[in-house]
Formats: sequence, C-alpha cells, structure tokens
Amino acid sequence: MTTFTPAIPEDVLSVVQWAAGEEMPLEICGHGSKRGIGRPVQAEHTLDLSQLSGVTLYEPAELVLSARAGTPLAEIETLLKLSNQELAFEPLDYGPLLGGERGRGTIGGVLAANLAGPRRLKAGAARDHILGISAVSGRGEAFKAGGRVVKNVTGYDLSKGVAGSWGTLAAFTDVTFKVLPAAETETTLVVRGLLDDLAAAAMAVAMGSSAEVSSAAHLPEGIAKTVADGILGSEPATLLRVEGFGPSVAYRLGHLKQLLAAAGEMQELEHETSKALWRDVRDCIPFADGSDLPVWRLSLAPASAHAFVLALRMRAAVSAFYDWQGGLVWLRMEAGEPEAETVRTLIKQFGGGHATLVRASMPVRASTDIFEPQPPALAALSARLKAEFDPKNILNPGRIVAGAH
Amino acid sequence: MSGLVMPKPDAATLARRAEIVADMRIIVPGEGVVDAVNGMRAFESDGLTAYRQLPLVVVLPETVAQVSRILKYCNDRNIRVVPRGSGTSLSGGALPLEDAVLVVMSRFNRVLEIDYPNRVVVAQPGVTNLGITHAVEQEGFYYAPDPSSQIACSIGGNVAENSGGVHCLKYGLTANNVLGIEMVLMNGEVVRLGGKHLDAEGYDLLGIMTGSEGLLGVVTEVTVRILKKPETARALLIGFPTSEEGGQCVADIIAAGIIPGGMEMMDRPAIHAAEAFVHAGYPLDVEALLIVELDGPGVEVDHLISAVEAIALRNGSTTCRISQNEQERMTFWAGRKAAFPAVGRISPDYYCMDGTIPRKELPRVLAGMRSLSEQYGLGVANVFHAGDGNLHPLILYDANVPGELDKAEAFGSDILRLCVEVGGVLTGEHGVGVEKRDLMPEMFSQTDLDQQMRVKCAFDPNHLLNPGKVFPQLRRCAELGRMHVHAGQLAFPDIPRF
Ligand SMILES: Cc1cc2nc3c(=O)[nH]c(=O)nc-3n(C[C@H](O)[C@H](O)[C@H](O)COP(=O)(O)OP(=O)(O)OC[C@H]3O[C@@H](n4cnc5c(N)ncnc54)[C@H](O)[C@@H]3O)c2cc1C
Repeated sequence: MTTFTPAIPEDVLSVVQWAAGEEMPLEICGHGSKRGIGRPVQAEHTLDLSQLSGVTLYEPAELVLSARAGTPLAEIETLLKLSNQELAFEPLDYGPLLGGERGRGTIGGVLAANLAGPRRLKAGAARDHILGISAVSGRGEAFKAGGRVVKNVTGYDLSKGVAGSWGTLAAFTDVTFKVLPAAETETTLVVRGLLDDLAAAAMAVAMGSSAEVSSAAHLPEGIAKTVADGILGSEPATLLRVEGFGPSVAYRLGHLKQLLAAAGEMQELEHETSKALWRDVRDCIPFADGSDLPVWRLSLAPASAHAFVLALRMRAAVSAFYDWQGGLVWLRMEAGEPEAETVRTLIKQFGGGHATLVRASMPVRASTDIFEPQPPALAALSARLKAEFDPKNILNPGRIVAGAH
Repeated sequence: MSGLVMPKPDAATLARRAEIVADMRIIVPGEGVVDAVNGMRAFESDGLTAYRQLPLVVVLPETVAQVSRILKYCNDRNIRVVPRGSGTSLSGGALPLEDAVLVVMSRFNRVLEIDYPNRVVVAQPGVTNLGITHAVEQEGFYYAPDPSSQIACSIGGNVAENSGGVHCLKYGLTANNVLGIEMVLMNGEVVRLGGKHLDAEGYDLLGIMTGSEGLLGVVTEVTVRILKKPETARALLIGFPTSEEGGQCVADIIAAGIIPGGMEMMDRPAIHAAEAFVHAGYPLDVEALLIVELDGPGVEVDHLISAVEAIALRNGSTTCRISQNEQERMTFWAGRKAAFPAVGRISPDYYCMDGTIPRKELPRVLAGMRSLSEQYGLGVANVFHAGDGNLHPLILYDANVPGELDKAEAFGSDILRLCVEVGGVLTGEHGVGVEKRDLMPEMFSQTDLDQQMRVKCAFDPNHLLNPGKVFPQLRRCAELGRMHVHAGQLAFPDIPRF
C-alpha cells in the first residue's frame, strides 16, 4: 500500500510505467474531494497528483491558462479573479454534498469529472473549455493533445475525449483551459409559488427569449429555504439569472418581467446575493445534509424533467430540484434505497438521458451501477476505447464499470 | 504535397468492382448508386480542388439501415469507404480513393424535429448548415456556428470537421453546439451519443467524433442547440496604420471584458482586393482593417460600441465607422464575406490556409509571411478571425505556370510551421484531411500520433474508413497495441511516497 506523490510530470510517467510493467492497479486522485463518487476502486497503490501543482501560463489577453493537473481549483479561481476573469463553466464543488469541506479539488479533477455549474446552458461544461492536455496513458506513455488556442481541429480532440473519464483513461499532468471575462454584474429574477410544471413552462419561456438568461433553476416547496441562508423562505422559487454589463442586465430583466408578468409574484436578488444563491444551487446544498441518503444527478431533456419527477414521485419517496432549466435534476431518495431500476426505466420513457449516483453509502455504491449502463454496442465501443488507453486496466480499475473501466 | 502518397489501392477490390456495384444496387435500390465515370466526375474532389480521384463507386443511401448494411458489407470484405457530405471541405477530407466506396449523405436532407421548449433541432446529416437556421428563423431562432460555406455545407460535414465561423468567438464551435448524434460504425453497428440532454453519458465520444474527419463513423443524425436571435447587431469598421496597432486593439477589447459577436481583420492586400470587388467603402490607406460586431439588446450594443470606439482611438485607429442601420452593417461585412472570390479576381488561383496562433504573435507571423512571400515570389492576402487567432492566408499563384502550385504549397507549409513555432496549430477549422496530413509531425510526436491512431483502432480496427486522411503514416492496430513495458525494477527511487 504505497501512495506516490510525484511533483513533476516525469515522475508521474515513471510511476505509471512501473505500474504498467507490474500490472499493478493505481487509484488516481488529486485532493480526493470526489473520491466518494463512482464505484470504489480496488487498487493496491495510490497516485496522488496533489503535489504536481502550479499555474504554468496565464495570459489574460489571450484568454488562456495552463496549470499542472494537481493545482488547486481555488488557487486558479483566485488568480483569475485578479484579472476579472473566470472559468465560465463554474465547476461545481462536490465537497459539501459528500460531507467534505468547501473549496477543495484540483483542476485535473475538474476535467476528469467534466464538472459544470448552473451556467451550463449558456457556457457549457469543462469539456467545452479545455484546449489541451498532457497526460500519461495506462500504457505508460506521455502524450499530449490539443494546444493552447481556441480554434484547433488538428487531430482528434482527445482533450475532450478524456473529459469525464474519471481517471480511467490517463493521468493528466498538465491542462490548458480557455478562460473568459467575468460578467460585470448579475441579477436573479425569482418567480414565486410555481408548481413544477408551471415552473418548467416559465423557464422554457425565459430561455427561449432574447433576455439571454444564463441559468434557470427551480427549487420546489421546502427546498427553497435550504439555499443562501434561507433568504428565499420556503415557497417554491424559480430562479432566472441575467448577467452582463449593467445597462444590459437592467434592460433584459425588464424584458423578462414583462414576459413572465402573469406567472407569479416576483423578486430580484442583486449581485452578491445572486452569486451566493447560485453557488448553493451549483453545489447541491439542499441535499448537503451530512447524511448518506442516496443522491442522483440526472441529465435529462430539460422540458420533460418535471413530468419525469412527477412520475417518479408515484413510485418512490424523493426530494428533487432542477437546474439547467430542468436539464439537471438532483434527487434525494428519502427511503434510503437508490431505486436505480425505477429511476433509469423512467428516464427512458421521458425523452432519454442518464443518471449518476453521486452519493450513497459504501455498500450501496459497491452494489449499484453508479454510472448509466450503456446499450451493448456503445458499451463495447467504450470498453475498446478504455483498452486502447489502458490495456492492463491499471488506472482507476472498476471506477466506472464493474471489472473494467 | 503534390507528391501526396495515398494508401495503395487494393487490387482484389478493384478486380471485384462489378460485383461490388451490383451488391450496392441491392442495398440501395433505385437511383442511389452511380458507377458511370460521367456521373462520378461530380464527386472526384471536394473544396480542395487541386486533388482529384474517381472513387470505386458512389452510393447515396437514404436510410440508416442502408448505411449500416453498406458499412458492414464493406467491413466484412475489407473494402474502404469514404464518407462525404456536401463536398466543401478545404482540406481534402472527402477526397475519394480509387478502391473505396464513396458514401454520399446528401439524401439525408430532412429536418426531423424542431423542439422549441428544449431549443434543439434534430436533423439528418445532409441538411445544410443554413437549412437549420431556415427551419427555425420564423420563430426568431438560429443555429450559431456559421461557416462561410453555410449555404452549401452539411451539418454532418460540420460535425466531422468541427466547423467554425465568424460567430464562434462568442457562441462556440460546432463541438459546443452539438448535443447528440447517431452514427454507424464501420462494423455496421448503430450507436447514439448524447441527445436532448446536455451532458453525454460515459466517455465523451461525442467530443472525439466532432472533428474526426469521417475516420471514426458515419454520422446519420445530429441534434443541435438553437439560440434566440439577438435583438440587434451593429458593427464598427476600424482602420489602423499598422497590424500591431490593430492586434493590440483586439487584445484590449478582450481585456475590457468584451467578447464581440464577431471580430475579423484583413490586411492591406485583402482590403484592396475586397474593395475593388464589392466597393464597400473600405479605407485603402490602412494596413489593417478590423470589423467588430456587437450583438444583443440595443442598450448593450450601444454601450459596447462606444467602449470599442474608445479602445480603437487609444490604439491609433485612423478611421472608425459605426453602422447606423442594417444595410450599412451588411455593407461592412460584404467585403469580408467576399474576400475569397475577391482575391480570386486578382490572381488566377489562390490557396487558402487555416493556421491558428496566439493572438499576440500576429505581428511576428505577418512579418514572417512577408519575408516568405518575397522568398517564394508569391503574393499573400490575409483574412483573419482576429478574436480567436485563426488566420486565413490566401496564397496567390497561377496553376498554369509549371511549378507554381508546388511553390504555393511549400509556402503554405512554411506558414503553418511558423504558426506551430509560435505556439499555434496547423488548422483552426478546415481540418487536416490530406492537405496537412504530412505536417502532423510538426505538431505531434510519434507517441501523440500513435495514441490518436489507437482511438481510431477502437472505432475501426482495420483502417477502412477514410484511410489516408489525417495521419501521415498508417500503423496496424495490432502493432499499435503492443506494449513496451519496463517490468522488474522500480525506476523512480526519488519520488516521494508514504
Ligand atoms: C467557400 C468556402 C468557405 C468555407 N468557410 C468555412 C468557414 O468559415 N469555417 C469552416 O469551419 N469551414 C469552412 N469551409 C470548409 C467546409 O465548408 C467545412 O469543413 C464543412 O463543414 C464541410 O462540410 P461538407 O458537408 O461539405 O463536408 P464534406 O466536404 O463532404 O466532408 C468533409 C469531411 O467530413 C466527412 N463527412 C462528411 N459528412 C459526414 C458524415 N455524415 N459522417 C461522417 N463523416 C462525414 C468527410 O469524410 C470529410 O472528411 C469553407 C469551404 C468553402 C468551400
């Protein structure tokens, strides 16, 4: 049981080469802030990349930042802030939900888990902002892909290809991300008292308008009070975020209010309050209750999410709230059973998508398909891809699929 | 590159041509199989017209089942396949092979579903890029990535090339606007990736497919995000005495937190050619002309127009016009949009390059191009997606002068080498195809390329789909799979561990 903590890419290469030679599985981690997600990895040794740290290039005018994979996300966010820039995809912080601290996590982990936040609808996820990587494959070979410029179609986009691979294809040593100017200001329009179906309709109207809403979430009765220190109270709250330059935000907000005049009572949350609110939505604070009740993260067709949740409520005791206009549903299973079969069967009936069990007790994690099982042809293709990167199955074996990747 | 070496045609396949054509007619009955030389001529090249090759046979399937059967048939018999959309590729991605079935997707031309609540369109791959916008514009929506070829190029081709356009600076490339695809693997299996939901499940195969140039699968359906049209758009037309000042202006606009809807630059030769062609009123006494378009609500656009104008003045702009109406805005763009044909008027032929560089390197790269231009004795005009550093140098030459095409290609290769040298890449949006294939080692080590080829092996282990494109040297998958392990000793005594 050894934990390797290389501080330079060359040493990452040596460790993986050794592990490949010995066919010795490695658990790969940064800060371990997302260790609770995925199937428990059965590995004798750990490759801890948290010492492989440091920003190696940041050119604000070029909108680009490169860092060693183990660089703390918090360090990068602080640095970007100095130039009024940010990672526009707002990587979520799983810490609170999984019973850890806030503010942990490395930039490599951001890519490996393909994190995103409420701005997903407009700004995409980590995969939409990654420009290039250096990494070590399970073959024990150091390779790079992509580059440092935004427009690049030279060769396969392996930087995207490894996004969301949870350390099963390669150990990243360096990542290069596109960064963007942070919005000058933001305001959130809150529509009160809507039931899920009306909230879905209101969000669809808002997102389909020219108000350029960057985030749309709905917190049903009871959930609303759990965010932003309870300032919303308990009443259902439908949240619409408008960001940009001051005059533009004011104008677009006015436009939204007109569009939704008949929807319900409205309230506005300014800059800092709005930010705090979205941070809590992003980090799934409503379910960060210190328990290990199963929590699902569902990716669905936004407009049918509420119908899915209604159907699920007939079959299981769940709490739910919606981000991404419904495209992201967070579910807490109140009876303690994950009900994977029920959840996944219903998803297929409501326009497709997938479910990831992001929190559960150890025994549940070991006995449930954490990630969505794929149809045979796709599963076989994924397995072939894994084998091309990691033929000896030494990188996070079993994290995604039992007995394999 | 005129000495382009393509994979050696398979004699057995060539010998069985008649049989293969007959079998294709069984799979795709009716008009869908073209084997007469006259009919096949239309498909012998794509937008990179310097290269021509008649295929073994052209097949135009209409259903996914037909595509699946064609690929399975070819896979079982070791027959190569080249997919083709509208044939506008500028890198020879759709160039036929003598021994390959050319699968043309143009009959897949229906928009299958328009879903406003989810803001997506589901289309067959042969629908044109502009066709998607046409399908939704009556409701005020549009599809954002807008290659200049949008009237002709297919959405399937866009996925295969990860195409960009003027609006990609603000709204992203094809990869950022595609939510799902259905595709057929070389073994005939049909696979769906993503859909109307935002995150694809499992490995990001959609990310790998986008920009894979027809080497991994044939796309048979595409789901894209549509956006509401911005309320207004206005443009500034700004002239600078030097390209340095123009480049600095671009950097300052971005540093001010402004991401324009479009930001394009032209150099003196391009300005003059465009002005002579469309009379857009471009200033002729400047070295660099910048078009900056701001879109959004009127108040925002007005606010940003004055901000950009001030930045331009600070950077020494000598002219700055602001569009007062839609017609004027279109006039500003007319010259830029007609830049290619405009250059076509001042030179018998031109060769369009597509490197990307870190923006700050613009002055150095333009200077490098000028000296290369002298060295080769060929002119060059530059249009430039200034916001994201994507250059389109147009090399002027005359194909009828013996040796000039070779010279133009050598010049182009040198420009791309220069792009890589300053930290950029070989191609920003046009793809590697056959054109930049042999330059790949400029950017990637053999290990990098081997890992990319291994991805190919996961999709198409026999290298039957579009071989001879992208990779300079094809290596067998069995050979690529071999591992050279250093078993036995711990080669890293100094690595901290506990
Ligand atoms: C005048 C002109 C202007 C252009 N401007 C731009 C521009 O601004 N931005 C830009 O990015 N590009 C531009 N292009 C390049 C070109 O239009 C794009 O690359 C376009 O996406 C190609 O689409 P297509 O349907 O013509 O594909 P094709 O040329 O037919 O094929 C391109 C590649 O895609 C593959 N392919 C096509 N369809 C499929 C499918 N269904 N499944 C799998 N593989 C497939 C082919 O094998 C080939 O490798 C321009 C081209 C021209 C001629």
